[in-house]
Amino acid sequence: MLRVENLTVSYGDLTILNNVSFSVEPGEWLMIVGPNGAGKSTLINAVTGGVPARGTVLYEGKNARAMKPHELARGIGVLAQSHFVGYSFSVEEVVRLGRYAYAPTIFSSHSGEEDAVKKALEQTGLYAQRRQSVLTLSGGELQRTFLAQTFAQDPKLLLLDEPTNHLDLVYQKQVFELIRAWLQKEGRAVISVVHDLSLARAYGTRALLLDRGCVVADGPMEQVFTDEILNRVYRMDVRDWMSRMLAQWKEA
Amino acid sequence: MTLLLSVCVGSVSIPFSTTISVIWRGIWGLPLPQGTATAILLTSRLPRVLAVMLVGASLSLCGGAMQGLLKNPLADGSTLGVSSGASLGAVTAIAFGITIPKLPFAGTMVMAMVFAFCSLLIILGLAYKLDFSLSTNTIILIGVIFSMFASSVMSIIITFSGEKLRSITFWTMGSLQGASYTSVLVVLIALVLFGGIILLHARELNAFAVGEENARHVGVNVRRVKLIILIAVSGLIGVCVSIGGTIGFVGLVTPHMVRLLVGPNHKRLLPASVFGGGIFLMLSDLIARTLLNPKELPIGVVTSIIGAVAFVYIYGASRKGR
Repeated sequence: MLRVENLTVSYGDLTILNNVSFSVEPGEWLMIVGPNGAGKSTLINAVTGGVPARGTVLYEGKNARAMKPHELARGIGVLAQSHFVGYSFSVEEVVRLGRYAYAPTIFSSHSGEEDAVKKALEQTGLYAQRRQSVLTLSGGELQRTFLAQTFAQDPKLLLLDEPTNHLDLVYQKQVFELIRAWLQKEGRAVISVVHDLSLARAYGTRALLLDRGCVVADGPMEQVFTDEILNRVYRMDVRDWMSRMLAQWKEA
Repeated sequence: MTLLLSVCVGSVSIPFSTTISVIWRGIWGLPLPQGTATAILLTSRLPRVLAVMLVGASLSLCGGAMQGLLKNPLADGSTLGVSSGASLGAVTAIAFGITIPKLPFAGTMVMAMVFAFCSLLIILGLAYKLDFSLSTNTIILIGVIFSMFASSVMSIIITFSGEKLRSITFWTMGSLQGASYTSVLVVLIALVLFGGIILLHARELNAFAVGEENARHVGVNVRRVKLIILIAVSGLIGVCVSIGGTIGFVGLVTPHMVRLLVGPNHKRLLPASVFGGGIFLMLSDLIARTLLNPKELPIGVVTSIIGAVAFVYIYGASRKGR
């Protein structure tokens, strides 16, 4: 579905991503993990053309850089980690923007737009709030609004850049469960940048571990999340730390 | 209604029925009643009010578009720096007496439009050179710097302008006193052409107003749309400045007022801004003409005073409403 080959991003002498290659197939949820500064968010930006990069990004065999923006948006949806909306658009108006890719000119047909928007609002539990201003939403509701926008966009591949970074546990669970349900439909895949290794382990089917812009490991969760690899990359005993955290809960 | 009110009221008041009758007969080419009223209406007041209405509509539309595109409620047509560029062109034309053979009135207009376009090229060229992605912050920054530069050059020209000082100063404060039907036609064409382009991009402007990154993610060709809107806005601003001088606050305040009424969706906001801007500037012009009758205030002074007070009120009301 998506093939990334030798992707390199650099600013002057500073190399953020160095020859990163990986691929994603339908049904997979690829977790991009790694310490701060590993280049995780830059990787998502480089794949969508948000930052200048060298290398190849192929979406369904086609050069993603050469595709028209609306064509690419029909295939790849992106959910950023936070949003600042300056004007009081309603939830529905923000969600409706997800259909732009299907009617990029005023002469295009808008058929299916109403159904897609309604379905996305219902999927994310926002239908009752559809007329509410986004300025009055909580962080979790706002993130769900933008998730609904990507659902309305109906892409095959969803790219998530730390989608629950500012959210509390309830909303973290909500957002991840919604994405897991979305992934159930045939032919879909998810790539997400995640800080929290527990979340990555719980929801991911594969992991790509980055450190200082380079791929350290790429494969099924159990092959990447080994003591040896994690301890080396995070420079600490990850299992011991996680176990101590869990033990505190058990004792309580 | 505002149009009729503006045409009726002035240093010489003309009855409502006479105004309607003269305009109706004028439109259909019927014989016109003789007298001063007809002359005032058709040769002076009507073209002026029409020009005011169209300039107000254009400036307001540009402001609405820029506030959406740059996701910045403090943006308007002048944020881009094109307005200052156009002013520099017009001031140069007045100071050096640049005219076009057979069309003496068009010197200022053409120079303003040429300078507006050159300003856009310089601003976008610099922005492109410094930041390939043409980020809104870069554009705003270069626009502000360019405005300062253009104002400085303008000050130098004014310093050495001698007896032309008065007409330059009056022009920079904004005036549509001598507007002709030619001016009306020029603004109308610009509004239909450039305004039409802006109105066709309402969906894209919604996406930009939510966020430029989000716009890219939903499939908007952000660089292309940004260039199209910037060119349309500067074309329209250039024409307006060339005809009415620098009229501040219309582009900033009207979209704010209208947004409170119709919401931020550009499909409604832009057409409403066109109407709102036309009405706002016609009322400002009416005050400018009648407040110190028979003396006349520059329209830019009136819009700035009303605009500043209205802006503080609107901003306070919208903060409370959140």
